Amino acid sequence: MKDLFAVVMLSGIYSLLTASFFVAMDAVDVAFTEASVGAGIFTLLMLTTITMTGRYERAARHKPTLALAVVLATGGLLIYGTLDMPYFGDPQAAAHLHVAPRYIHDSMQEIGVPNIVTSVLASYRAFDTLGEVVVIFTAGIGVLALLSVARRPEDDAEINSVNDSMHEQHLILRIVTKILIPFILLFALYVQFHGDFGPGGGFQAGMIFTAAIILYAMLFGLSTARRVISQPLIRLLTAIGVLIFGGVGVVSLLNGGNFLDYNVLSDDPVAGQHLGILLI
Amino acid sequence: MILGLYNYWIVIVLMMIGFYIMIAHGNLIKKIIGLNIFQTSVFIFYITIGKVDGGTAPILADGITRYSNPLPHVLILTAIVVGIATTALALALAVRIKEVYGSVEESEIQEKDNQKC
Repeated sequence: MKDLFAVVMLSGIYSLLTASFFVAMDAVDVAFTEASVGAGIFTLLMLTTITMTGRYERAARHKPTLALAVVLATGGLLIYGTLDMPYFGDPQAAAHLHVAPRYIHDSMQEIGVPNIVTSVLASYRAFDTLGEVVVIFTAGIGVLALLSVARRPEDDAEINSVNDSMHEQHLILRIVTKILIPFILLFALYVQFHGDFGPGGGFQAGMIFTAAIILYAMLFGLSTARRVISQPLIRLLTAIGVLIFGGVGVVSLLNGGNFLDYNVLSDDPVAGQHLGILLI
Repeated sequence: MILGLYNYWIVIVLMMIGFYIMIAHGNLIKKIIGLNIFQTSVFIFYITIGKVDGGTAPILADGITRYSNPLPHVLILTAIVVGIATTALALALAVRIKEVYGSVEESEIQEKDNQKC
């Protein structure tokens, strides 16, 4: 397909299908994240990118036979490799025998949170999560450095004028969005604070927040969104988010490894929010 | 029963689709989408490993004894969020390349590089 717009839309649908597949596989938290990240943020980021880079792909000049051969060979080898793997859904598979039983049996006494995924994420594997927040932060800095250094003011003005003229035409879209946005934000907060008991948590809430903000920016123009949320503020918030997370870690280590006050859920949305707003 | 391995084959097919898009297409945006499909196939791989027959979602409740393995879920949760961060970085790079070269097609970028030398 040469029309990248259609490609992006299809990949959004693909993400949504993946998310529903995750629900069928009992991974509700992952499904939630995939739905908000894959179908929401990814599609929005892609759309903003193709408005800047052009909508159509040029026809390829070389024949794809070599690529096809490489792909088929790799695929064949991988399928051969699966013959030694445990069967699908086998409770005796190696993956289920080591740390998972401990998480399932003891996390209620040790953490006191019914959602095992949340307790593992925030407590047992907190270092991973800290690393993840740092990665997001670094990526955010990278995106900022790449996009804002070279941007000249006249470019901005040009983009804004194109945006503004476009937005005035979509009256229905704008009104519907205006009605929807408060509900989206409310839902994000619900997901955030209900994460202990049901699926959900900081990342998903942050992503939903971001989606709402990007939606707003797309429909009302960048300048309006900038007025609501200024860029330095976001930078500050993200830095604070990372610092709080790191700080809580250090403090709890000093207190003899008391992780009960680990309030990871309230820090991550900030990072998520930061990430999304960058590419508007 | 060799058919009990079908989940891995689905993953491999998806992974190869992503791989093919990555190496056969010249458009940088399409390459990023291919990378994304590749990434999702790895997510699906982990999640299917975590699935246990007759298990439910790993949220503790009374009267349920068998849960799916929560560990892959946690890992993939992290992976998805890191994935979107790297994708955003890749897209930002694509936008910069477009600004400098005026194109996101690999062949055109190479032509311009060759002219400069």
